[in-house]
Amino acid sequence: MGHVNSDIVDRIVDLEHDYAHCIDDDRLEGWPDFFVEDCLYQIIPRENLIRKTPLPIIYCDNKNMLRDRVVILRKALIYNIHYDRHVVGNVRVREEDAGIFEVWASFIALQTDTEGETSFFASGKYEDKVVFVDGDAKFKHKIVILDTAAVPNMISTPL
Amino acid sequence: MSDGTDLRWPAADFSRVPYPVFNDPGIYAREQERVFQGPIWCYLALEAEIPEIGDFKSTFIGDTPVVVNRNNDGVIHAFVNRCAHRGTMLVREPFGTTQDHTCIYHHWCYDLAGNLIGVPFERGIRGKGGMPETFDKRNHGLQTLNVATYRGVIFGSFSHEVESLESFLDKPNMEYLDTMFNRPIEILGHWRQRIPGNWKFYFENLMDSYHAGLLHQFQTTFGIMRTTQRGGSKMDRLKRHRVLFTVYDSDDLEASDEQLLKNLGVYDDTLSLADPSMIEFRDEVGDGCAIMMMALFPSVIFQRLSNTLATRQIRPRGPNEFELNWTCFAYADDDEALRKLRLKQVNMIGPAGYVSIEDGEAGALIQRVIGRERDRYSVIEMGGLGPIEDPDSPLTEVPVRGFWRYYCHLMGYQAEGAPAWVPGEA
Repeated sequence: MGHVNSDIVDRIVDLEHDYAHCIDDDRLEGWPDFFVEDCLYQIIPRENLIRKTPLPIIYCDNKNMLRDRVVILRKALIYNIHYDRHVVGNVRVREEDAGIFEVWASFIALQTDTEGETSFFASGKYEDKVVFVDGDAKFKHKIVILDTAAVPNMISTPL
Repeated sequence: MSDGTDLRWPAADFSRVPYPVFNDPGIYAREQERVFQGPIWCYLALEAEIPEIGDFKSTFIGDTPVVVNRNNDGVIHAFVNRCAHRGTMLVREPFGTTQDHTCIYHHWCYDLAGNLIGVPFERGIRGKGGMPETFDKRNHGLQTLNVATYRGVIFGSFSHEVESLESFLDKPNMEYLDTMFNRPIEILGHWRQRIPGNWKFYFENLMDSYHAGLLHQFQTTFGIMRTTQRGGSKMDRLKRHRVLFTVYDSDDLEASDEQLLKNLGVYDDTLSLADPSMIEFRDEVGDGCAIMMMALFPSVIFQRLSNTLATRQIRPRGPNEFELNWTCFAYADDDEALRKLRLKQVNMIGPAGYVSIEDGEAGALIQRVIGRERDRYSVIEMGGLGPIEDPDSPLTEVPVRGFWRYYCHLMGYQAEGAPAWVPGEA
């Protein structure tokens, strides 16, 4: 695990930020493309990890499951009408193995409802593994560790 | 705010439900006393959550915090989570293992049966301070609950006159629990959601199969539950609980029926999943049922949806919000493929589930608009009026009326024209 050069760190930070903007701009159809085909996306309450019963709320072990989630959100699911806003920071990068980068980042997610009222939705940490495919940074793993275990109503759009 | 006693129920068969039951703080307070602390059994936990001596879990009956634990003899005890001294919350962690419970404030200490066993400086120091001569630790134990278990499911009651747990559960529910807990289980984990609606909305929702094929487009579209599948409902003798089941892939559709469903917009056959592995179904029990939902009055649901296994406990948080506490489990003898399937199917249930989050939205929409109406009523007529009997079609809300009938009995509400509750019936 050596020093990661600043160009790679910059591109990984860009990936984290672009990911947040994609969701917040309601460009959900583009969300799966932040991942490689053989990916893992999970949302796990932090309290479940502490208790060693790591049950996820969302479990997708390939990109097709992410594509399905978008189709279902658009066409076969009724959920609360809202806008998302993610704030991502405290990004740290370390090279785990040749070409696989371990990334930690903190996030806060807010939601704004049809009354125009913005409320705190969730906070947590991303524990990611990033690889470069044809020069583009992609998530191989994105594990969303959710501090806010008492989910405000529901999780519909991605964190 | 009313005192919760003055409420008009204009239909003898409980087909009209007055809106104030969903948001009146006076009614809410009365429910805590007469329903949750009344002569019934409430779900507390699964034994598998506290398998060892000294294991405890923080849980609830209504909005009252309760601790359930296993003492040194392996016996399960439950008590209100409140120090008998100054009313401090005694147990702060959701789960844990301990030899006793000591309050952080003055270190009063209780054994795992709730007896007060230690009061620091009870005799003072060198003749000064200390409790009066009249103080007797035996009179200051924790407020304990009646506890009973069935098939590894722990129930508690505030009442000392409550019927037996077996009588409360009654036949269809005991049979369902016999099947669900016929071998050792393993806890997979927990989820919590805070739904901005009244707790009774959620219970009504579970008694109502009419909505299932309409609100939940995912399960309709991908064949998990369609109104055209074989299925049914079973209620107990008092019609206060309900088991709902549907048989997987049992549609017996005529071409004209299929067209009707498409026209109604409840069935979109243009959608498909890129990864359909999640909607595979393994018939573990051999009854072919991809959905089995058992709602036990007033606050718990046992579910089997495809191969997911869970309990959902309702914790009211005031008239306008409730928390849904999910406990997901598996069988200890699962093979690897089945365990993986259960993991994939978490996407269908829980706080982000394709067939569960819509209920939260429906409840929130009721709460937003019922306002201060005192003489307006929800209408519960699907499946017919009159006697409350096991329905023969999923197109029914009849069990919802069974819920309200028993609720009114406990709350002391008399529906206009309804026969008086026969003593001994409960």
